[in-house]
Amino acid sequence: MQGMSLIVKKVAQLMAGLIFIYGIYIIVHGHLTPGGGFAGGALIAGSYILAILAYGSDTIKLKKEETGTSLTESISILFALMMAVAGFFIGTKVFFNNYLPAGKIGELVSAGVIPLYNIFIGIEVAAALLTIFLALIIYKEEIEG
Amino acid sequence: MIVYILCFILFLVGLYGLITRRNLVKIVISLSIMEFSIFIFLVLIGYIDGGIAPIVSEKIINPEYVDPLPQAMVLTAIVIGLATTAMLMSIAIRLYRKYKTFDIRVIKNLKG
Amino acid sequence: MELALSILLGFMIIGAIFAIHAKDLLSAVIAAGIVGYSLVICFLLLKAPDLAIVQIVVETITLIIMVAVVLDSTREELKINIDRQQILNISLALIFILVLIFFFVQAIETLNPFGQHSLRMASAYVGETAAKTGSANLVTGVLFDFRGYDTLGEATILFTAAIGILSILRIKGKK
Repeated sequence: MQGMSLIVKKVAQLMAGLIFIYGIYIIVHGHLTPGGGFAGGALIAGSYILAILAYGSDTIKLKKEETGTSLTESISILFALMMAVAGFFIGTKVFFNNYLPAGKIGELVSAGVIPLYNIFIGIEVAAALLTIFLALIIYKEEIEG
Repeated sequence: MIVYILCFILFLVGLYGLITRRNLVKIVISLSIMEFSIFIFLVLIGYIDGGIAPIVSEKIINPEYVDPLPQAMVLTAIVIGLATTAMLMSIAIRLYRKYKTFDIRVIKNLKG
Repeated sequence: MELALSILLGFMIIGAIFAIHAKDLLSAVIAAGIVGYSLVICFLLLKAPDLAIVQIVVETITLIIMVAVVLDSTREELKINIDRQQILNISLALIFILVLIFFFVQAIETLNPFGQHSLRMASAYVGETAAKTGSANLVTGVLFDFRGYDTLGEATILFTAAIGILSILRIKGKK
């Protein structure tokens, strides 16, 4: 698939960088402002999709990209599960326990394990949406030929 | 009460499109419209007149929050709807590559 | 508030009826996208900012996938010929609609009027979430601490959808 004209490429460079930073901000402040893991993860996937659509699929190396996204999504959901199983050994011995201390309401470092869960689930949602997009749109040209 | 009736009419429009259309892409669009009507209905039940968004802040004294439980359920349901639509479109792509049409009656009549 | 919501829902119904009866597949997909974007304004009027952010991004990604699939295949819609099978389909749809209307009329009398929710279950959640978990956003606190299993199931569903699409289309990558 070919890329687009020069104006679209330059504007997509600026906008993709801004959207990526905004997505990270919404994930990390998930327990203070509206947002959370799912909204931020979908925004990060959106910034990658914008860059791929503006530059065309000839400029990315496709085989490395597909195994990269599958590996990222698998590793991040494995970390989230390991953090949930660690509730068996710390504090009251139940699965899915909240074992870090809940600090003062309104600070950045507060609310126990909720910010860590937000980060891992956000990375997993971004990688899964990017894998779905690549498998449906980009790869279909190669099966025909 | 009229907003509940309008939500129900949107659900019925989606159901009619799901049963009577022959094109695969239109069946997927009708399923998506049915899901939208359910999201609106769940959030409408939990609304309180004069309530504010459910975020705790120390500048507001004695607040009255909108119900946060239906909002958590609809958040999960939106992402599940996206996963379902993506899987249905991948099946539609595969059927088009093999039979060169989207019509479900032609696909049903060809065997093997 | 009720007037604005009724006008928006009326637009959505007109858009949905057009999306089902359109003669061109690309117009139908764009009309379905407009229904999704009106949902974002409805969520903002109902004081739910979390849902508005998620719905607008998810609707954009869905539109990109559907437009790419439609533009790569045929764009035309088939002719509707009214034969025996089609009349059977339409009458079956009308029977379903009548049964559902009957049950809906009986169920709507038990709902509270719009805007007066009784908060029977949520009063325990609203009072204790900020103190027990320490998070200022009540929806995130409920979603990740009191109802953590639902979030775990949703992450599993997204993971399974990505694997399922890769195996249905049998992608191997560039040779």
